[in-house]
Amino acid sequence: MTNGSGAAAVLAAGLGSFTLAATAIAADESSTIKNLMNFYHPTGPLSGVTTAAILVWIAFWIVLERHWRNRNVAMGRVGAIALVFLVLSLLLTFPPIADLF
Amino acid sequence: MEITTRGLWTLVHGMGFGALYLLACSGALVELWRRYAKDDLSPISEREEAFLRWYLLAMAVLAWITVLTGTYIIYPWYRAVPPVGTANLAGYPQRLLLSNPATSGWHSIGMEWKEHVAWLVPISITMAFAVFNHHRRNLRNHPELRATVLSFMVVSFLAAGIAGFFGAMLNKHAPVEGGPTIRVMEGESR
Repeated sequence: MTNGSGAAAVLAAGLGSFTLAATAIAADESSTIKNLMNFYHPTGPLSGVTTAAILVWIAFWIVLERHWRNRNVAMGRVGAIALVFLVLSLLLTFPPIADLF
Repeated sequence: MEITTRGLWTLVHGMGFGALYLLACSGALVELWRRYAKDDLSPISEREEAFLRWYLLAMAVLAWITVLTGTYIIYPWYRAVPPVGTANLAGYPQRLLLSNPATSGWHSIGMEWKEHVAWLVPISITMAFAVFNHHRRNLRNHPELRATVLSFMVVSFLAAGIAGFFGAMLNKHAPVEGGPTIRVMEGESR
């Protein structure tokens, strides 16, 4: 069994998490993006930020799965990249760090 | 003994779904670390494998229910804007916290972090379930993939812990209350 599907899921999760953090910062910094992200008024921009991140995550997952499902990829490198994105997401959602941008 | 419907939703979201996820997380981490290590030569039965599949699926469902109830049911009550001139901010937790410098950090750091970091949890655990569901016992032959999944689960545990901690502290300083009251049972008066 190849590791491509697993690698696709892992990298997509890292990219999706990072998209969430990056979109949250963008919505915080730009009133235009903030308004664009207001998908559901009672929840405010958080509704758009999270929905956009989930859609990007799923899109990455589908694309990567199609490319890698029958392949063996360098899992050590893919895993490390995915974890860097995940840890960055954890840090970038922390308001004192997010406010640096 | 009474509870408001908003208070009940907050309780179900945090102490129900959220706390259950945190409890489940430690079990899944131990199982995945102990039983699916490459150097563990003991055979994995189909029953054990099925158990972990269902366990991870249940965790993913829990994580999604937790963030969805938090974002779309409780958060709108939390961030509700009071009418101009409202003196009593008890029904407006975000405004109540921001009205006092001693409590504003619970919103500007606590809630601002919690509302975003919590979403890393369903992403991570859904991925963990998908990878395990695909590879099952074969995960033993992919130690780097297993290590990455375990790392994501540790981060999801940490993210859920952060969200849970700030949720509890926010509810302590500015509880989400309101709506119809539910009488749980009659107490004694002295």
